[in-house]
Amino acid sequence: MARMKFLCDEERCIECNACVTACKNEHEVPWGVNRRRVITLDDGLPGEKTISVACMHCSDAPCQAVCPVDCFYTTEDGVVLHDKDLCIGCGYCFYACPFGAPQYPQDGAFGARGKMDKCTFCAGGPEQDHSEEEFKKYGRNRLAEGKLPLCAEMCSTKALLAGDADMVADIFRERVVRRAGNDNPDLQRQPQGKPWGWETAYKEG
Amino acid sequence: MMTQVQKASFWRILSAFALMLVLLAISGTLRAHEGERHELHKAESVVNPRSDYWRQVREGVQGYTAVKGQETNVLIQGGGQNWRRLRNGPIASYGGVLLGVVVFALGAFYLWRGQVKLSQPRSGETLVRWTLAERVLHWYTALLFIFLAITGLSLLYGRALLIPLVGHKAFSVYAEIAKLLHNFIGPLFIVGLLLMFVAWVRDNLPSRIDIDWLRAFGGMVGDRHPSAGRMNAGEKMWFWLLASGGLVVSVSGLLLDFPNFGQERWLLQLSHLIHVVFALVLMAGALGHIYIGTIGTEGALEGIVRGRVDKSWAIQHHDLWCEQLAADESGSSVPDRPPLPETSHIAS
Repeated sequence: MARMKFLCDEERCIECNACVTACKNEHEVPWGVNRRRVITLDDGLPGEKTISVACMHCSDAPCQAVCPVDCFYTTEDGVVLHDKDLCIGCGYCFYACPFGAPQYPQDGAFGARGKMDKCTFCAGGPEQDHSEEEFKKYGRNRLAEGKLPLCAEMCSTKALLAGDADMVADIFRERVVRRAGNDNPDLQRQPQGKPWGWETAYKEG
Repeated sequence: MMTQVQKASFWRILSAFALMLVLLAISGTLRAHEGERHELHKAESVVNPRSDYWRQVREGVQGYTAVKGQETNVLIQGGGQNWRRLRNGPIASYGGVLLGVVVFALGAFYLWRGQVKLSQPRSGETLVRWTLAERVLHWYTALLFIFLAITGLSLLYGRALLIPLVGHKAFSVYAEIAKLLHNFIGPLFIVGLLLMFVAWVRDNLPSRIDIDWLRAFGGMVGDRHPSAGRMNAGEKMWFWLLASGGLVVSVSGLLLDFPNFGQERWLLQLSHLIHVVFALVLMAGALGHIYIGTIGTEGALEGIVRGRVDKSWAIQHHDLWCEQLAADESGSSVPDRPPLPETSHIAS
C-alpha cells in the first residue's frame, strides 16, 4: 500500500509558481483560494530559500483531530480528504493546520466562511470517481486516473515530488548523496570552495 | 484517583529520566571509543545552514509569496498544535469534569439539605421584587445564555457524544444550524448582558453585611437566616462573575465572530481557548444559579416569573430590602421623609 507524500526540495525550487497556477487551473478552484503557494524566505538575500507548500496529508492530521463534525478521512493511500457535505465552515481546521492549507471561499461577518477547501493530492473527494459533483466540489481526481498530483508532475526543476513516500524518499536520498560533496571536508578544502550552492554561485567566502 | 494518576505519571517521568541518563552514559562511552576515527572528519562541527533555515520556519518566520491573502507568507505556524492540544486535551476533559462535578454536587446537596423552606407560613401579602422590564431582561438573557451554552457545547462535545447517537449526516445538519445561530445570537446576548449590568449594578455593590451572609452560607446550611438587602452576597457573586466572565466571553466571541477584520491565527486560537474556558465556568455558575433559584429555595422562582414574592419569603431572605421598601413607602406618604434605618443604606 502506498503512503502518499509531498516533498519540496528547497535547493531546487526556483519560485516559478507554476505549481500554484497548474493546481488552480486543473481543479478550477474558486477565486481567492490557493491550494498551493510558494514561499521565499530571506528573499533576495544570501541563503534565500524557496519552498512550495500545500496540505501535507499528515499521518496525525490536526485538522482531522479538531473537526467538530468529523468530516475528514484518510484514504488507503494516506491522503487526507474531507467531506464538503458535512463541513460547517467553523474554521477550526484552519486554526489547527501548521501549513495554512485549509481555506474558505468567504471571509464574512458572523463567521460565515463557506465550505473549507484544501489540496486533495489530486484525489477528489467522497463522491463517485470522475463524477460531475466530485469535480465541482474537489476538482479533478487524477489519482483515480492513475496519475500523480499535477503540481509535482509538471514541476520544471523536479523540486516538488509527490508519490509513494518510499519512492519520494529514495529519489531525495539519491540527490542528497550526490550533493554530499558539499559536506565533504576534503572537497571544501579545495580552492574553489564548496562544489555547489549559494556560496559557490555567488562566490561568497 | 487523581493521586494514582499523578503517581503513575511521576513514575513514568522518573523512569524516562533514568533511561535518558543510561542512554547518555552509553553514548558517551561509544563516542569516546570512536573519538579517534572522528578526528579525521571535522564536518560534524560545521553548522548545517539548513538547520537554521528550518528553525526559522518552525518559529513562524515570514517570507515572500506571490499568493495574496492573510498570513500566506508564513510557511509553518506552530500555534495550531498548541491550540489543538489544549482544546482537545485539558479544556475538553476538565470542562466536562467541571460541569459533571457541579451537577453531581448540586444533586448531592439537594439530597442532603433538601429545599430551603419558608421559615414562616405564607403571609398572603406580596411585594414587587422584579418589575416587568427586569423580568423580560432576565429571561431574554437567560434563554439566550442557555441556547448559546447548548450550541457551544455541541461544537465541543458533539463529535464524541452526538455523532455516535445520530450519525455524521444528521449531526452535521444540526451543527451547521447551531454554529450559525450561535454566531448570530452571541451579539444579542451581549446586549442583554450590558442592559443587566446597567439595571442591577447599584444593587450589587458589595457591602459589609455580605461577609456575614457568606459566613452563614446564605442560610443554605444551618437554621440561621443572615441579613441581606435587595441582592444577597450570593446573587452579587453571580452578578460579578457574569459581568466579568461575560465581558471576557463577549470580547473573545466578537473576535471569533467577525474574522473579517484580519485577525491572525494566533489571536483566533487564543480567543477560542479563552472563550471556551470562561464559557464553561459561566455554565457551572449558571447551574448553581438555576438550582438556587428553582428547586433549591421555596418561593424564589415566582419572583422572577410573576414579579411578586410573598412577604414571608422576603423577610426571610432579604430582610433589609423589606425594611427599605417599608421605609420608602412611609417616606413617600409622609411629606417629611424620616431618616432611613441605619442598615438600609448599607443594603442599597
